[in-house]
Amino acid sequence: MSETTLGGLAGRMPKFLRRADPAVVTAFACIVLLLFLGSLYSRSFLSPEYLLQQLKVASFLGVIATGMMLVILLGQIDLSVPWAVAAGAMMACAAAAYGSAGVALAIPFGVLCGVAIGIVNGIGVAYLRIPSMIITLATNAVAQGLMVVYTGGFSPQDSATAAMRYLATGFTIPGVPNAVIIWALIGAAMVFMLTRSSFGRAVYGIGNRERAAYLSGIDTRRIVLIAFAVSGGLSAFGGVLLAGYASKAAQSMGDAYLLPSIAAVVLGGTSILGGRGSYLGTVAGVILITLLQSILSVMQMPEAGRQIIYGVVIVAMLLLYGRAPASR
Amino acid sequence: MKDWRYWLAEQRGTLFAFGIFIVMFAIYSANHPAGFTANVVQTAANKGVLLAFVAMAQTLVVITAGIDLSVGMIFTLTNCMASWLVIGTGLETGFGVLAVLGTGLLCGAINGAIIIYGRLQPIVATIATGAVFFGLALLLRPVPGGSVNEDLADFLTGRFFGVVPASLVALLVVVLVVWVPFSRSEFGRAAYAAGSSEMAAYMSGVPIRRGKFLAYTLAGLLAAIGGLFLTFFTYTGEAAYASGNAYTLFSIAAVVLGGVSLFGGKGSAIGAIFGALAFRTIGDLLFVFDFDPLWQPLFQGVILLIAVSLGAFALFRVRNRLEWFL
Repeated sequence: MSETTLGGLAGRMPKFLRRADPAVVTAFACIVLLLFLGSLYSRSFLSPEYLLQQLKVASFLGVIATGMMLVILLGQIDLSVPWAVAAGAMMACAAAAYGSAGVALAIPFGVLCGVAIGIVNGIGVAYLRIPSMIITLATNAVAQGLMVVYTGGFSPQDSATAAMRYLATGFTIPGVPNAVIIWALIGAAMVFMLTRSSFGRAVYGIGNRERAAYLSGIDTRRIVLIAFAVSGGLSAFGGVLLAGYASKAAQSMGDAYLLPSIAAVVLGGTSILGGRGSYLGTVAGVILITLLQSILSVMQMPEAGRQIIYGVVIVAMLLLYGRAPASR
Repeated sequence: MKDWRYWLAEQRGTLFAFGIFIVMFAIYSANHPAGFTANVVQTAANKGVLLAFVAMAQTLVVITAGIDLSVGMIFTLTNCMASWLVIGTGLETGFGVLAVLGTGLLCGAINGAIIIYGRLQPIVATIATGAVFFGLALLLRPVPGGSVNEDLADFLTGRFFGVVPASLVALLVVVLVVWVPFSRSEFGRAAYAAGSSEMAAYMSGVPIRRGKFLAYTLAGLLAAIGGLFLTFFTYTGEAAYASGNAYTLFSIAAVVLGGVSLFGGKGSAIGAIFGALAFRTIGDLLFVFDFDPLWQPLFQGVILLIAVSLGAFALFRVRNRLEWFL
């Protein structure tokens, strides 16, 4: 390796830093900065209990953002997250009302409902060639309509099963919340799928140029369909976990997860145009967003201020490193 | 081909939307208990124009092959502003209206600047600015309330000569003052050209950046006019997240129904207006047929799903499979 061409600073940096994506590095730097600012406000921001609690809260967003990332890597977007989350939570709780078999099947049933929403999205995008932004908005509206009809417009009375509560709030390994373990497992599976399987290669290929991927013999439509189904399923699973955390489902519980999941993926350096991004970046984005939300709420910022700061921070960070290349 | 055929081909989407609207409204008024009276038309018009303004706003942006997911929030923000400012003497009310419209212009200009000069993707950028606009709305109206100059509100939501709904006249005036000059100007053509093929437009020396910027800015203005009218109808301001989101969603549905291509470069605001009126009428059909209102969200969702799937019919004309991928 020629030290002269790389130049002074970059050449002396350790190898892993040189190879790292500047966006991921920036995101982690922002996490450190946020923790530092928080610790100036109160010392408890650096305590292990607080950090573990944040990680636990982050894992719900992390599960949902994993599915979102898969779809964004394809160059698409999934705006059906809000009601996929709510549908997963409500249907899992609803199944729990049907005896012991219902209790046993509650979690798979909730996830399956999300997969069904995802499959409708996938068929629309892959086979009918409808822009993903539009078809996912439409399925979101349909899922909302179905849930409103089912629940009668009120929060359902069914409560979460013990298994759901255990997954969201229990401890299998002392000190590490189950939700964090689940996120780690899903994350590991995602990393494996993206980097070591032909499916992952195909996802990146389609994100770069679907036409080229198609001509290379990839069944691009099937891959897109699967990706949307996975995204719907993970959103619903996030909803199941959230229902376990709150021990019941609520009408608009998913609304708070659409913008954060997109923001987490994009802040983590994944290109919204598709084809570029790493899961490590998404992890950084999820933690960053969760910390930001937590610090704003600890400071007792009212909802209005939170929304404003939130939007401004996202635009500012995107302007820092999410810009499209200057064409021409 | 003769001239009128070109015209027909270009206006097909608009005429289609117009047709749907006429059919739906005929069914609606035929089954309405009061029948086709000036009152029924006025109520329908007042509900329809709100969505029509927001749909027009969305059209301007969609023509440039962009999307504005913050229109609903600009609509909510200006509603909250108007509930503070559009009150008092004639002069104060006038300044209030100007301030509200100016805010809309500013919101649109911010979107445009971030997207065009900041080179961000419209989806993410407008979701984020939408959060900011909603935060500001919540700051102005933490709880629903406020009031409005009722003389002006009643004048603009009433009827002229006892028959013509004033809100429809206002819609017509806005079309003539905002849409017609824009679509015929150099910048309007630039917006269409940028949506059709940005590269070709750039190579031809079309001012695409200014055209797109103007489209986003005017979209903010039109959403603000919508917010102003919402205040006139409700007499209050409310920072409702769900309603803002619903208007964004419905504006996209109206645009699609109105024959505006989401890939840009095709369609007109007139089509989107009829799309909006048709969408509202379809939603209200449930009421005249005495359905449980609980079914309305599902019904609207299914209509939306069908409307967006209609575009898929173009696939049957595709001869070369590579044309699946744009």
